[in-house]
Amino acid sequence: MNNETLKNVNLVEAINMALNYAMSHDESIVMLGEDIGKNGGVFRATDGLQEKFGFTRIMDTPLAETSIAGAAVGMAVAGLKPIAEIQFMGFIYATLEHIICHAARMRNRTRGRLTCPMVLRAPYGGGIHAPEHHSESTEAIFAHIPGLRVVIPSSPARAYGLLLAAIENPDPVIFLEPKRLYRSEVHEVNDNGQPLPLDRCFTLREGEELTLISWGACIKECLAVVDQMNAEPGSHDRIELIDLASIKPIDFATISDSIKKTGRCVIVHEAAKTCGVGAEIAAYIAEHLMAYCKSPVKRVTGFDTVMPYFRNEQHYLISELDIKAAINTSLNTRF
Amino acid sequence: MPHKSSYISSSSLTAPLQYLSSEGEPLSEVGGKHELPDFVNDKALLLQAYRWMNLTRAFDQKAVALQRTGIIGTYPSSLGQEAISVACGMALEKNDVFVPYYRDHGSQLVRGHLIEHLLLYWGGDERGSAFGPPLDMPICVPIATQASHAVGIASALKIQQKRQAVLCTLGDGASSKGDFLEALNLAGSWHLPVVFVINNNQWAISVPRHIQSGAPTLAQKASAAAIPNLQVDGNDFIAMYEVLTEALQRARQRKGPMVIEAISYRLSDHTTADDASRYREQDEVDKAWKNEPIKRLQKFIFQCGFWDKKSEGCLQDDCQTQIEKSVIAYQKIEAEQPEAMFDHMYQSWPDVLDDQVVECGEKYKRNFLTPENQFPGLK
Repeated sequence: MNNETLKNVNLVEAINMALNYAMSHDESIVMLGEDIGKNGGVFRATDGLQEKFGFTRIMDTPLAETSIAGAAVGMAVAGLKPIAEIQFMGFIYATLEHIICHAARMRNRTRGRLTCPMVLRAPYGGGIHAPEHHSESTEAIFAHIPGLRVVIPSSPARAYGLLLAAIENPDPVIFLEPKRLYRSEVHEVNDNGQPLPLDRCFTLREGEELTLISWGACIKECLAVVDQMNAEPGSHDRIELIDLASIKPIDFATISDSIKKTGRCVIVHEAAKTCGVGAEIAAYIAEHLMAYCKSPVKRVTGFDTVMPYFRNEQHYLISELDIKAAINTSLNTRF
Repeated sequence: MPHKSSYISSSSLTAPLQYLSSEGEPLSEVGGKHELPDFVNDKALLLQAYRWMNLTRAFDQKAVALQRTGIIGTYPSSLGQEAISVACGMALEKNDVFVPYYRDHGSQLVRGHLIEHLLLYWGGDERGSAFGPPLDMPICVPIATQASHAVGIASALKIQQKRQAVLCTLGDGASSKGDFLEALNLAGSWHLPVVFVINNNQWAISVPRHIQSGAPTLAQKASAAAIPNLQVDGNDFIAMYEVLTEALQRARQRKGPMVIEAISYRLSDHTTADDASRYREQDEVDKAWKNEPIKRLQKFIFQCGFWDKKSEGCLQDDCQTQIEKSVIAYQKIEAEQPEAMFDHMYQSWPDVLDDQVVECGEKYKRNFLTPENQFPGLK
């Protein structure tokens, strides 16, 4: 390993590092979005990139999300690799017609004559005391759409590797960044241009008694709970933690193997419960793995409410205690 | 040709640009503002346009008949739009990019699409969009969304330093949508090589032009984005071709975008699923027929001595022969295998689709290959 490429970075710096690496190695990559140029993005994900790569490749757009997505579709069809940034997930809905009706279908509707290799990046999730519409977790909307890939990293290293993979992918990828983790921790990341697989989940902790599945910002609380429970005297390695990472397609092979081993499953996500991605995982377990299950699948999710404004968002967000309670319920239940 | 740039840069044009009267008489000879452009002496060009317009109409009539007999699905007629559509097709160069809406059969034919491929699309087969010039976009059904793609493509061409233009068509209804207005804004801001043609055929299904917008012209919406714009008589091939040729040349020369509002009339129902007699008077349609584009160009080429009755007879026969051959070719194309729906979802299949492909094959056998076939009508 080349030590010169090892860097201590937080998650948003890892995003910047991946964008920088990809743009340095592929001239067809361009970026477009609001305030991504001189300002470097409101979270600084594109900091310094316009200075390095110029106005032609790092484009500040007018304040129009529909145009950002629609123009990205056109650019992708015409041979560029656009990486479009939507400033917050709460503003991503204006892009849906282009993402659903065009980006996701271009390959299919032209039988492969035209393709739409683009990445749509957006910070998502709550917990940063942001104004209304700045805390959404609506990944399930995109996960429902055939033709898309949806990816959510949960650490600087996975943000780096998964973003590189999303950029390399020949199909449209929705890349959602857990903004609560943007600056929460610094880890060592190797800036070597190595992508991570786009359709595999990551087993972050191995355990024998229960499979805990989560993604994005909730991984932080999950890790804390698992490390605490696995270290309890006499209960070594009880909980297996899987970071889903690829929300679509879901790596059911890894999930199956884990549940066949543990027989119990708790799914944690910040998004609202009904038709959340957790429901898809639970349905898969019900269809394929019931014989292995020792207790019902449990979901720890956001409520079916509008995300409360920040004075009360802590009553909506998932805490370590919420996760621990669900794990204990599952461990203490048997069919 | 000093007259050529005059109408684009001046805002003095108060009526749509028009060279020929509805009777095919050059307006310049009856006190019009503009001299006929030089290309009217190009017999081959005018006859080519006339042939394409006739083929487009013959195709259109056949397509409506094929829908009525259940051979293709819902179809949007282009009756009365032939001058706009063919002028678009002819003004484009091979390497330019065409971003159509769904009533551009004429442009598609000129761009080299085979009739059987057009029928494939309207016959409910994705392969209908699998052909065409490399970057030409497929027919766009979600209204006005193609305008955003057009600016994206134009931006890519500019970044790639290619001297090519993008031509995007849309209807009067589409001019009300945010996508179009955002696209104008971006095209103006980024000075993109794109030309928009608003095919103002007066009707967006049942909604007439006056409900669509309070703006006196649809073209002027481009003024807010500082994009040159003008109205053109969309039933006058001479005017359409001249303006389009120059607008596309400007775009190729990096002189920026342009918007052309082509004034025409939808002589047909919106689609074969529509009945326009529910919302518009036959008198209005009868009156519009007097302005239709093919008769106008026909009278002009007769007057020029480029055309005669014998040529006309041959042309109509040729069009019918070509269409009949194409219909036979179309009907010989078998539907794709059921599993084809999976083939182009992703470049490489996610594992999760494997089970569904197997399931699709089993579903097909169950529903179509077993004696107790429940859906004979779907075969």
